[in-house]
Amino acid sequence: MSAIIKTEHLCYSYHTEENKKVQAVNDVSIEIEEGQFVAILGHNGSGKSTFAKLLNMILTPESGKIFIDGKELTSPDITEDDIYDIRRQIGMVFQNPDNQIVATIVEEDVAFGPENLGIPSDEIRKRVDNALETVGMKKYARHAPHKLSGGQKQRVAIAGIIAMMPRCIIFDESTAMLDPLGRREVMDTIERLNRKDGKTVLHITHYMGEATRADRVIVMRHGSVYMDGTPKEIFTRVDELWEAGLEVPQTTEFMHGLNELGLSLPLDIFETEPCAEKSAEAILKWISDHK
Amino acid sequence: MALDISIGQYFEGSSVIHKADPRVKLISVILYITVIFLAKNMFSFALLILSAIALIIISRIPIKIITKGMKPLILILVFTAILNIFWLQGDTLVFEFGIIHIYLEGIMTAIFMIIRITILLIGTSVILTYTTTPIALTDGLEQLLEPLKKTKLPVHEFSMMMTIALRFIPTLIEETDKIMNAQKARGADIGSGGIMQRAKALIPILIPLFISAFRRADELSTAMECRCYRGGEGRTRMSKLKLRAGDVVFAGTFIVLGALIIIINIYAPGFNLAY
Ligand SMILES: Nc1ncnc2c1ncn2[C@@H]1O[C@H](COP(=O)(O)OP(=O)(O)OP(=O)(O)O)[C@@H](O)[C@H]1O
Ligand SMILES: [Mg+2]
Repeated sequence: MSAIIKTEHLCYSYHTEENKKVQAVNDVSIEIEEGQFVAILGHNGSGKSTFAKLLNMILTPESGKIFIDGKELTSPDITEDDIYDIRRQIGMVFQNPDNQIVATIVEEDVAFGPENLGIPSDEIRKRVDNALETVGMKKYARHAPHKLSGGQKQRVAIAGIIAMMPRCIIFDESTAMLDPLGRREVMDTIERLNRKDGKTVLHITHYMGEATRADRVIVMRHGSVYMDGTPKEIFTRVDELWEAGLEVPQTTEFMHGLNELGLSLPLDIFETEPCAEKSAEAILKWISDHK
Repeated sequence: MALDISIGQYFEGSSVIHKADPRVKLISVILYITVIFLAKNMFSFALLILSAIALIIISRIPIKIITKGMKPLILILVFTAILNIFWLQGDTLVFEFGIIHIYLEGIMTAIFMIIRITILLIGTSVILTYTTTPIALTDGLEQLLEPLKKTKLPVHEFSMMMTIALRFIPTLIEETDKIMNAQKARGADIGSGGIMQRAKALIPILIPLFISAFRRADELSTAMECRCYRGGEGRTRMSKLKLRAGDVVFAGTFIVLGALIIIINIYAPGFNLAY
């Protein structure tokens, strides 16, 4: 497998009105393989959104290099057309579905991206139908977006990106504003896009439960990569996560607490039932040992 | 608020007029307005009234809705009638009292004026506002004005702005409602007091609304950039409007109507009553 996204010593800073410099992304060098499901975690202001916006050239890096599929975005001879091609390949879904939907009819909105790309009408029609099918919103094709639920709106926004046929989709806290049901709908959609359609997924989130479903977890802190590994590797390093102002999955927190009382439980079980079984077993054993 | 401004006065339906191409409807309305002002005598007016009745029947829009839409017009109609009756001079004096002279021509003109304005309103609302969604109308207008794009007129930008405005009106109404409730819960007194007091009470609603609208605009523009938006150039459309035989017949009807009225005007000039 080859790296679809690669960054080398990427830096970016914002300049505020008072002429202050905020270093939002600081020396980030990572490689993301095609087809990977990567969760990006980090405290508020740790630079996650800025990093994401650098990858599809919404922001231009201050220094460092970005390669998409081996092509250097930061090279001086990159043209405007190249940038639009990158934006097509690296789709992005944001937090508030209301502020991403452009049209007054669901299918017209999904068509917006392909229309911008200048694709012929009948091809757009096919893509729109497929995209709506993929997110399970075919029934609502002719509906007005403002009458849908949050989760449904967000799935429409995802369909709008899928219709551009990207290879990678970045979700910037796309589940943050949704209720538990909407969050599950969207998470299931994201997971299906990755597992079934082979899309590379970068999922920025504050929900640890969602991050445990990824192949890889990257933790950012003060604009840099603080931790990088599989969910099991990352979430067992409870103290370091707390240090970065993050939570750990509830199961891990529970078992970590029991361990501090003298048990020795594994921290890398993220499903509730196995966690409960393992804990109960260990507690019973502890009781019989201390009789 | 149950108010649904986004669809305007659109009245859901599946009549021939609902289904007609919005471009054809726009052209038809222009034709119809022309025809209305061509009509000059009793026969042509009779024909106009018949055509308006036919339009209402074909569109299957309840007469109640149409009369309701006419209400704001009554004042204008009355005013026009009075103006014509008292000011217009003619040959046949009907009534005289002091400085007031009322002529037959004045009365006739007033009647025809009222008929014209009424039919104009029925025509435009039945052909356009009641039977066309705002979005179809914007689309139709954009595609109709497409030749003007060569003259550097921002046709696409205009229609994009209309679309986004239509898209965000319900969102912003919902938001206004939320802010108002939040301020009320904090004891803000919105619906009472003098004009100045009420205007002042609006400030704590408008400021958060504007701040949020600007934030939305900022996020929307980023999202549009992410979806490769770069203006109208090189852009295609999913639903290219296609003319069907029915559309041609629809517009043709108005041309025939116009021809008939011109013929009546020429061959029955004795009955010309309006000017
Ligand atoms: N437009 C901006 N102008 C100035 N500073 C900004 C701007 N956007 C972000 N910043 C600053 O850059 C830093 C990184 O912000 P960023 O939005 O990338 O963080 P984040 O990890 O996405 O946070 P969150 O979890 O809150 O979304 C923060 O300190 C933030 O205050
Ligand atoms: Mg962010």
